[in-house]
Amino acid sequence: MADWDPSKPILEIENLSISFFTRLREIPAVMDFSCTVMPGEAMGLVGESGCGKSTVALAVMRDLGKNGKIVAGSIKFKGRDLTNMSEDALRSIRGSEIAMIYQEPMASLNPAMRVGDQLAEVPMIHQNMSRTEALKLARQIVADVRLPDPDRILQAYPHQLSGGQQQRIVIAMALMAKPALLILDEPTTALDVTVEAGIVDLVKELGAKYGTSMLFISHNLGLILDVCDRLCVMYSGEAVETGNVEEVFDNMRHPYTQALFRSIPLPGADKNASPLIAIPGNFPLPHERPKGCNFGPRCDYFKEGLCNKGDISMSAVPDDDRHASRCERWQEIDWAAPPAKRKAVAKTPIGPVVLKLDDLKKYYSVSSGAFGGGASKVVKANETLSFEAHEGETLAIVGESGCGKSTFAKVLMGLETATSGQIMLFDENVQDTPIQARNVDTVSSLQMVFQNPFDTLNPSMSVGRQIIRALEVFNIGTSDADREARMLELLDLVKLPRAFAERMPRQLSGGQKQRVGIARAFAGGAKIVVADEPVSALDVSVQAAVTDLLMEIQRKNKTTLLFISHDLSIVRYLSDRVMVMYLGHVVELGTTDQVFSPPYHPYTEALLSAVPIADTRVVKRRIVLEGDIPSAMNPPSGCPFQTRCRWKSEVPNGLCDREVPPVKVMAGGHQIKCHLDDTILNTMEPVIKIAAE
Amino acid sequence: MYLFLLRRVGLMLLTALSLSFIVFCLTNLAPNLEKLARTEGSVRMTDDDVANWVIQNGHGGSMVSRYGEWLGVVPGWVLTDEKGVTRGRCLQGGLTVESAPRFCGIFQGNWGTSTVFREPVLKTVTNKLAATGWLMFWVMMVMVPTALVLGVLSGMREGSRTDRVLSTFAIASTATPEYVSGVILIAFLGSATAGISPVLSSWGWIEGRTLFQGTATSAMDKITFWNFALPVITIALYGIGYIARMTRASMTEVMTQQYIRTARLKGVSFRQIIIKHALRNALIAPFTVIMLQFPWLLNGVVIVETLFNYKGFGWTLVQAAGNNDIQLLLGCSVVAVFVVLITQLISDIGYVFLNPRIRLS
Amino acid sequence: MDTLSWPMIFGKMAIQFTPVWIALLVTFALSIQFKRRLGLYGKLFDSTVGMAGFALVAFWVFTAIFADLIITYDPLGQLSGMKNAVPGSPTTGVENAWYLLGGDHLARDVFSRMVMGARRVLAIAPAATIIAFMVGITLGLPAGYFGGKLDTALSFIANLVLAFPVILLFYLLVTPEIRVTGIPVALAAILFLFPVVFVCVLLNSRFFTSPPKRNLYVGTAAILGLWAYSGLAFNADPTGFWSMDPNLLNVFVSVVFVNAPTVFRIVRGMVMDLKARDYVAAGQTRGEGAWYIMLWEILPNARGPLIVDFCLRIGYTTILLGTLGFFGLGVSPESPDWGSTIDDGRRLLSIYPHPAVVPALALMSLVLGLNLLADGLREESLRD
Repeated sequence: MADWDPSKPILEIENLSISFFTRLREIPAVMDFSCTVMPGEAMGLVGESGCGKSTVALAVMRDLGKNGKIVAGSIKFKGRDLTNMSEDALRSIRGSEIAMIYQEPMASLNPAMRVGDQLAEVPMIHQNMSRTEALKLARQIVADVRLPDPDRILQAYPHQLSGGQQQRIVIAMALMAKPALLILDEPTTALDVTVEAGIVDLVKELGAKYGTSMLFISHNLGLILDVCDRLCVMYSGEAVETGNVEEVFDNMRHPYTQALFRSIPLPGADKNASPLIAIPGNFPLPHERPKGCNFGPRCDYFKEGLCNKGDISMSAVPDDDRHASRCERWQEIDWAAPPAKRKAVAKTPIGPVVLKLDDLKKYYSVSSGAFGGGASKVVKANETLSFEAHEGETLAIVGESGCGKSTFAKVLMGLETATSGQIMLFDENVQDTPIQARNVDTVSSLQMVFQNPFDTLNPSMSVGRQIIRALEVFNIGTSDADREARMLELLDLVKLPRAFAERMPRQLSGGQKQRVGIARAFAGGAKIVVADEPVSALDVSVQAAVTDLLMEIQRKNKTTLLFISHDLSIVRYLSDRVMVMYLGHVVELGTTDQVFSPPYHPYTEALLSAVPIADTRVVKRRIVLEGDIPSAMNPPSGCPFQTRCRWKSEVPNGLCDREVPPVKVMAGGHQIKCHLDDTILNTMEPVIKIAAE
Repeated sequence: MYLFLLRRVGLMLLTALSLSFIVFCLTNLAPNLEKLARTEGSVRMTDDDVANWVIQNGHGGSMVSRYGEWLGVVPGWVLTDEKGVTRGRCLQGGLTVESAPRFCGIFQGNWGTSTVFREPVLKTVTNKLAATGWLMFWVMMVMVPTALVLGVLSGMREGSRTDRVLSTFAIASTATPEYVSGVILIAFLGSATAGISPVLSSWGWIEGRTLFQGTATSAMDKITFWNFALPVITIALYGIGYIARMTRASMTEVMTQQYIRTARLKGVSFRQIIIKHALRNALIAPFTVIMLQFPWLLNGVVIVETLFNYKGFGWTLVQAAGNNDIQLLLGCSVVAVFVVLITQLISDIGYVFLNPRIRLS
Repeated sequence: MDTLSWPMIFGKMAIQFTPVWIALLVTFALSIQFKRRLGLYGKLFDSTVGMAGFALVAFWVFTAIFADLIITYDPLGQLSGMKNAVPGSPTTGVENAWYLLGGDHLARDVFSRMVMGARRVLAIAPAATIIAFMVGITLGLPAGYFGGKLDTALSFIANLVLAFPVILLFYLLVTPEIRVTGIPVALAAILFLFPVVFVCVLLNSRFFTSPPKRNLYVGTAAILGLWAYSGLAFNADPTGFWSMDPNLLNVFVSVVFVNAPTVFRIVRGMVMDLKARDYVAAGQTRGEGAWYIMLWEILPNARGPLIVDFCLRIGYTTILLGTLGFFGLGVSPESPDWGSTIDDGRRLLSIYPHPAVVPALALMSLVLGLNLLADGLREESLRD
């Protein structure tokens, strides 16, 4: 590749079309896709699931599987066309010139091979390096990705590492041969936010250090803003807008991009004053794409006879840096106009206390050791949980994996009983009452919405039947016909067509399934609903719609919503009060404004800093936590957060190592569980600032 | 780790005890004992005589105490009948009440006497086991490598022509139990009137009348390819299909894993992917399957030894069961159960050792 | 008259099988016509392997149904002079009649015995497999769902049975002596109770919200179930509609006994996997009973692998029945059962192979069909 000119693009994709061939038909996955990546540049590919972004990445690696074929176009890497390269030539490029990082770090490492061997393999193949040399290099790179104790790590098997460490190994593996192009396919989606922040920083830093170009695939606009120089927005197999990150974020020239930004909760969005605007309709299936513009049927600016006439090609936006849009009308649209459909609603009044937890504890005893023997250990899943929830209020419970929020939900629902403490539900103590012993009224008024839309409905029962079953169990309706009618009303409530009653869950999209799940939860007129990450598995445009639906039902029924989430953007948007949990402890509790502004608990501070925000005006202080979340099986002594806390040195006498901090009540009932002195807490600066315009 | 081993072995011994007790009960059922009385005593005994004989020969106590005596943890019975003849469990080979040991069960090496072979059960069982050992050895030598190779070859490229051909073969062979394949093999290769032997014989290509021998009786003295091939293939065939299918399933699953894609996108060649990345992960599951095949292999052994008249362990089991030889059947059962349990133990431990995910967590 | 040539033999056999061909043709024509509306069964007709398997299985099923029309001679009748007759031999004394596949050592028609053998196998194998599944499911569901001590105890028992080499178990369980002790009846009493309990619990958990409906359904199921139960297990059906030959009961019970633990293990494993799903949690949070969740939320979603295993297991049961016949256990010597016919034929195997080879091939083709069917189903259920 000596004849490649470094001032030319490193990757040049032109009019690429990819199809998958099934028994029945050809399914076009990517159509007429073009993009260029210059040396040292980070290119972002963004879009919702099914838009074809991962397919593009796999096409660059020429790894589309048996059914996938490149049907048109070219992919030039350093001037050489990859689409007609031989298997051998491809192999010499894979891993050495182009490397890839994947979504699931655990799955992408060989479970039966030591980490060191997996790393050393790369230079041994591509540079004929000896094993000892290769291991030495591996050790150096492992230190580069900032993993502690590289020698131990090289000897370890993948399952002995945490998720964050595994992803660092995958990154190290990609960097072993110092590739010219790095493809990252949702590299942090499976990780917790605070761990994600560390990985993102690492990727940016190493990219700069080695001068590697990057193709960064993500559904998260905030991450793209963080990492990339340029981006390409994809919709239903096509690139719809491409350009410089700042330009696209601030002066978008495609209706889809605009709709996308209006549907994500950015700082300043508010559920009452300026609610999110969901994109109407559904993502078209590959074989049901409309004629003309794919986004046409969902677009506010759709014009009959123009947008659905024929194929639309990319047109350049003049004066901008390689900015282009696939829209017929981009020049006519007034991009600065405020959205027409946004309507403010009145704030729901907060009612009396309906749920009160007092000093709730939940311990499990588990036997340690893989072989079932050994002494049993006590896992403290919930420690001294105390809070109140009012009628019509949204209380957010925030925390990363292992923080005990799911255990709390189980205890509240009665699937487990509490170890000690009290749960006062309406005016009944339920901490010791398992769900079988609760009466139907209690059960039907406390319901749950689940996280995974693909799991929440029984795949072998029709949608209507599942809702009717809930009605039957809750003793609602007197006859079958009665319940049938009630079920149809519930479908209306969640804005699904009545015809869906006959459908099986597999015929529904993720968002639609989640709506059915909500309808089922409200079947018995639930007064308190625990929503366990109800939108985290959905695409951004659908998230807004489902969130809105929840809010609307809440307003109508004065429901108390316990919203469990790790996504602080959405929490800030919809909650009235926020409770932050870490390793079974409530570390901070207050109104949304109190929690999102200083003084913070050190963990909340880091969490706020870690959340990527898709707004160019936001200036963040970068606080990256070291290490991983400790295991709940083996929590640190003293303060649960002390192992990662950056303020620990401010507390004298090693108090953090020894004692669990007391709850400190600040102004306005704001609670913080920290040893830090008030004076230090009060000097904390805001993490997020919106730059003056 | 040692704790795990200990628990596993403990569980195995508990299982062995329960199983041997069940077998003991089932072989010592009242009708069996009555039948024994009539064959050992006289066919014309009255019902009272039979009952008396049963009691006088130590089969009178409770099932549990007799089981204890048989195990050797309860003192053996000693009874004197109305004629003044003293008999006892331990009073064999001219021992008197005084000189005989108190305990004489299988723990002391006394497995009883076979009524069919008129010799100690332990001796019969060990002799026959040795003969069967050879059969099993050759079966394993043929079956395991063939099955693994077939499975890996068909699993590494799912849906390819090789895969289809090999999979069809594997399915066909799992559909052919030993008594079917044995019959077909004998008819085709070992019959003087059908199959290929008459043709070969008329061409003068083979000396005898058949290519392979339809019985394996002569293999008791000297194992040759011609007398042993058919029984070995008959047993191996069924196992080959089953293990090959397991290996294929495991291999195809591994080949779709992300880490195989990682390896491919690292630039590892297909050969190396198979050898370095796929094989180890893919062979964990078949290993357990091979070990758990032993109960079925025992089945095959019984059928094949009967079919080919090879006087090994399986043949003995059939003889014992067919002739109401209680002690011998009991002995054979205990050995069979132990073989199965030990292979299960090996399979469990091997699985843990092969799988670093479990070993090190 | 001359002995028939092989093409003639096959031609004549094909004519005998006419009812089977017609039935097969109708089944295939209808199934392919409506395959898009028939769910998993319809999808089977998209796969060559599945269709081949289905064709083989359907062939034997129809053969069993129309056996009386197909046979050329009484399967138990002996004709003088036909002892060990080679295939295609003309029968002595009658014009235009042949022993199409020859005669056995007792001068019976091998072809007719093979056809009748199919009826015997297909009468027992599927029924025994169904009962084994009911037992395995009824025990596997709670073991996997609740775990704990119940699981430990049930798994221990299942492993006990599985540690027995099957043949040994048969030699211990299927003997004339054991019938005297009443153990088979006791086992039948336990095993046959499971289907009744299964159906009753299934209906009760679904309809307990509406007592009139529940009483009707559960009552009907219980009465019908106990009626059949009394007849099959104890031979005490007053109307005599349900009854089972003690020999057959013994065979039936032991085959169920051997199969149930494996089904138990499969079900238990799948329940442990499926019980972590959100829809199970949704059922729990609305206060559903454990049996409703197990039977209506978990079990239907485990049906794919269970159907596949069901096909395989019928094949396995067929092999087991053959094994029993081969060792002469639990069958009357006259019976045209494939296993015992092979056993009869093997004595003269190297001189007259046909009496053993014919039932051997028949058994192999049925099991092959079932395995192919299972494979086709597995492939199609994994697709899309």
